Amino acid sequence: MSPGLLYALAGMLLFVMGLAGFALLRHLLRRLMAFNLVGSGTFLVLVGLAQRPDGEPDPVAQALVLTGIVVAIAATALALVLMRRWFDLTGRTRLDGEADE
Amino acid sequence: MKAGVVTVLALLLGGILAPVVVAVASADPGTSLHTLVQTRLEASGVEHPVTAVLLNFRAYDTLLEIGVLVVAGITGMSLSRAGARAEPELRSTNTLLHALARWFVPLMLLLAAWLLWAGSHRPGGAFQAGAVLAAAGVMMRLTGLPTAWIAPGPMLRLGLSAGFSVFLLVAAVGALTGRAFLAYPPLLSGPLILVIETLLTLSIGMILLGLYVAAAQRDGADE
Amino acid sequence: MAELLLDVLLVLALLSTASAALLSRDLFRAVVLFIAFGLLLSLSWVRLHAPDLALAEAAIGAGLTGVLLLDAVSHFRGRREVE
Repeated sequence: MSPGLLYALAGMLLFVMGLAGFALLRHLLRRLMAFNLVGSGTFLVLVGLAQRPDGEPDPVAQALVLTGIVVAIAATALALVLMRRWFDLTGRTRLDGEADE
Repeated sequence: MKAGVVTVLALLLGGILAPVVVAVASADPGTSLHTLVQTRLEASGVEHPVTAVLLNFRAYDTLLEIGVLVVAGITGMSLSRAGARAEPELRSTNTLLHALARWFVPLMLLLAAWLLWAGSHRPGGAFQAGAVLAAAGVMMRLTGLPTAWIAPGPMLRLGLSAGFSVFLLVAAVGALTGRAFLAYPPLLSGPLILVIETLLTLSIGMILLGLYVAAAQRDGADE
Repeated sequence: MAELLLDVLLVLALLSTASAALLSRDLFRAVVLFIAFGLLLSLSWVRLHAPDLALAEAAIGAGLTGVLLLDAVSHFRGRREVE
């Protein structure tokens, strides 16, 4: 098995784990981390698969993932701003209709 | 109950995706993007393939990306109290952190500048430099060093929009002068990429720092 | 062979920190594990011959995300002061 495929499969597992976490977890901060795992898993799949068995890295996939990483941190930061406003206004760390811990 | 259903669904999805990933990995793509980039690298104006893809071959993605960042930054900052950005509250009184910040902030600024410059011929570039710039700003906020430029005003507006607007301007000039949208004039592509990257670095750093400042303020009970 | 072993160990570490971050009962612990995951991911990019991604991930994944998430945890716990 080539390293690229190994990391791509790991990325796929992270994607599935993150998705399950996003569906099951209730705390907004935990959900945000699960969502970030989905993103990181996708990045690993993209870069891992773009690497050919001869080991040559693909600059196109890397460039696209680089923009993805920066957009992900901006989205995470924005989500945190919204989350903390929500907490300040309602005192809750979950969405409406869900029982607090 | 719900946990069980989700786990089964997740396992099912994993079972479907794994063979797909293996199949894609073993498929022959026909044309290799890597060689395509290598053969055209000379025409891009930079020597590092990733920077060439980001700022030239696929500059469209980068333009949209900085657009997304500007929207995210404006949204985040408009959700925060204007006053909190003007007056940096002293958040940490740790003397070690203060002493370190005096050394680290200039070093990080230097590192950001080097990363930006390195991007044209080796790993590095606007995104990494912008992230380091934002980290330096976070450190300045934490130790109470003056960060007046993040306060609402012309400096903030200029910093937020400079990267996106200049990028868009270059793209539009390309379209209006008969070349394609985002096509650089062949001889100027190297310098143009450097100018765009410099402004992108400033904008990315400012947007990320602005989002941090917007998130990090505490106004809970006192409103 | 040794390189493949390193890759396998790194992948296992990635998956275990990620699952531990999701499953951890303590929120602070979950966040710290998530930051560790970001650092390991940065190492993975090095192994995948993507130094650009490694640089970005180290600055963003470990630095900025860490500060943002830890600050949010202390906010949710209702503490007014850091340090």
